[in-house]
Amino acid sequence: MWADASVKFVNTFGALAGFAGVLLVLFYFGGRAKGRMSRRLAIVILLGPGLLLLVVGLAVPVVRTIYLSLFNDDSSKYLGAGNYTWALQNDDIHQVLLNTLLWIVVAPLVTTGLGLGLALLVDRLRGQAVYKSLIFLPMAISFVGASIIWKFVYDYRDPAQPQIGLLSQICIWLGWSHPPNWILSHPLNNFLLMVVMIWVQTGFAMVVLSAAIKAIPEDVTEAAVLDGARGWRLFAHVTIPMIRSTVIVVLTTVMITTLKLFDIIRTMTGGNFGTQVLANEMYSQAFVEFNVGRGSSLAVLLFLAVLPLVAYNIMLLRKEREVR
Amino acid sequence: MHRSTSSARSVLAVGAAAALVLLAGCSNSSTSTGTKASATPTLAGDCAPFQAYAGHSGTTVTMFASILSPESDSLQQSWAKFSSCTGIKISYVGSNDFESQLPVRVSGGNAPDLAIIPQPGLLQQMVKTGKVVKPPAATVANEAKWSAVWKTYGSVDGTFYAAPMSANMKSLVWYSPKAFAAAGYTVPTTWADLMSLSDKIAKAGKNKPWCGGIGSGTATGWPATDWLEEVVLGKYGGDVYDKWVSHQIKFSDPQIIDAMNTVQGWMHNSAWVNGGIGNVQSIASTTFQDAGAPILTGKCSMLQQASFYEAQWPKGTKIGPDGDIWAFHLPAANPAITTPVEGGGEFVAAFSSRPEVQAVQNYLSTSDWATSRIKVAPGWVSANQGVDPSVYTDPVDQLSAKYLTDPSATFRFDASDLMPAAVGAGQEWKSFTAWFAQNQSVTKTASDIDAAWPQ
Repeated sequence: MWADASVKFVNTFGALAGFAGVLLVLFYFGGRAKGRMSRRLAIVILLGPGLLLLVVGLAVPVVRTIYLSLFNDDSSKYLGAGNYTWALQNDDIHQVLLNTLLWIVVAPLVTTGLGLGLALLVDRLRGQAVYKSLIFLPMAISFVGASIIWKFVYDYRDPAQPQIGLLSQICIWLGWSHPPNWILSHPLNNFLLMVVMIWVQTGFAMVVLSAAIKAIPEDVTEAAVLDGARGWRLFAHVTIPMIRSTVIVVLTTVMITTLKLFDIIRTMTGGNFGTQVLANEMYSQAFVEFNVGRGSSLAVLLFLAVLPLVAYNIMLLRKEREVR
Repeated sequence: MHRSTSSARSVLAVGAAAALVLLAGCSNSSTSTGTKASATPTLAGDCAPFQAYAGHSGTTVTMFASILSPESDSLQQSWAKFSSCTGIKISYVGSNDFESQLPVRVSGGNAPDLAIIPQPGLLQQMVKTGKVVKPPAATVANEAKWSAVWKTYGSVDGTFYAAPMSANMKSLVWYSPKAFAAAGYTVPTTWADLMSLSDKIAKAGKNKPWCGGIGSGTATGWPATDWLEEVVLGKYGGDVYDKWVSHQIKFSDPQIIDAMNTVQGWMHNSAWVNGGIGNVQSIASTTFQDAGAPILTGKCSMLQQASFYEAQWPKGTKIGPDGDIWAFHLPAANPAITTPVEGGGEFVAAFSSRPEVQAVQNYLSTSDWATSRIKVAPGWVSANQGVDPSVYTDPVDQLSAKYLTDPSATFRFDASDLMPAAVGAGQEWKSFTAWFAQNQSVTKTASDIDAAWPQ
């Protein structure tokens, strides 16, 4: 019932807003010819329908998701906070939340750290453009593609078989005759899956941070050098403070990507073997188990988790602008 | 002044036209009524068999399913003659995400005229929305050509909604006739024979008797649910199976625990699995598509998988009783149960009662249409007993049709597809994966699944 009504509402509203927009364009042209309408009012009227559509397009799904999260699987029974209590009391969901937390702490820190290290290192090398391109290359591969490549690396076969994953093969060369089934080895498998995310995103972190390092005014560095700062001291007291906001922006961007993590898990383990994360569990609940209520409650939790990160990012950018 | 008025008018005209287009675009009518002939025309010649469906020329029926190319091409070819004779156009859309998109489309007021639903559970969910239309009387009459149990799978709370369209058979064991002949093994016809053959192969030491894989992305675990279903049906019969499906008998019931222990002794036996791949655990990380490959290289001897596994063998593999690969019926775990056959199928549900929609729905429930589909391409079987078995050209289709249309067989639909999705497509997959991946105990696996059953 509600779904029907909401779809009809969006459709009708869209049509009316579009129609109103066309009429307002006409009024605007007509009005300008006669000089009746102020410019400010015209802007408000012209942008109005589009803005309204944007609000409806964003607000309706968000409100509807919150609404759905209060009901059972086919929206026939009101559960109140039931789905949230389920999420907070269920052992599987605890594992999911723990994994998600592990991902958003470890993956962004390693990605940014590695990106920074590579930026500092590669900038000193000759032919840095070539190295940078090579490191940046995985960024051009989708997460699904990257996951498939790494799946081959972690592939498990009987060590007596010729078809064996690269990692196991290396282990055998090094004398470890029976390496484990990597994908199944919990909790190690979580870190092995993280390697895919880090492999893809490090190039991005390196390029952004390298640009930030290059943007540090030379006179600042020279002054520090004259004051006797070298090596680690120069890095800790000049470079890092000067690129601090860029580091934080990279960190939060990678963190938000990590929170939305779906493709890598879906492609490599399907969320099995203790590797499930929030976005993938949300999909499984809503579209595999057909429990839209539970799926929606997880979506709301994910939304709430992303919100402070986004707010922090916006605050940082605003601060940056004020400084400038 | 004159110029500005005229430009304002032309803008007005363009704007009005744009507004109309916008309104038309936003309107939600996807149905096409077409022009109906005033009197039913008489179809002659080749078209005469379609007379019952005449009178709806120029209409379009939308259809939504999970069947993708090339299978969907065969499907469209199978009703080409029907379409050209009756003038009813069938507008087919296939999607990989059918199961998730259909509920969204139906609740969004954008349901297709017909949907081909592969799970009775999803059909039940769709019926609950109140949007599914009961089929015409002629379709209900055609249902008599299928064994009675199929009608219950197309029904919700005793009301019949959707006629079965295709069927597939799961109770098969794939093996290499050449390897069997070379080793002097014979195809087992009883469970005891199958177990002693497995033991014999293991003791011979050349390879492992079984190979298996339950990996399937987010659906990882489903092949293991089939193994348990086969044992429950073959050991305890249809009545216990039906009660188990409806949770009158729990997973932690001694009978189901016993069946799980049988699976444990079969597919968890480290001397018997996982030929050519690894240890017992490797079953969890091997995709079901990859699982059978070691049979071709002689690393394992048998794989329990459905008839549709035929498509997984590499191109050039000769499939047949004297070929590289062939299949036999998985024997009943209890000799008192006659020919247990576990399978699946697809059902045609209507979301509109327009006469042309009913005509298509009705045609798809006939043995004439089933025969037409079988003739297009192999890899498709009907359990409609009105289909002449000689139309099948593919040996696996012939084998499946033989068991699916056998009136004495104990046919049951895949249990995990019948159970609520939270169990059959959720906890059962998860718990069975843990059963293999972490060697989780049978009792914990059973109690976890019971706990997930919707209250």
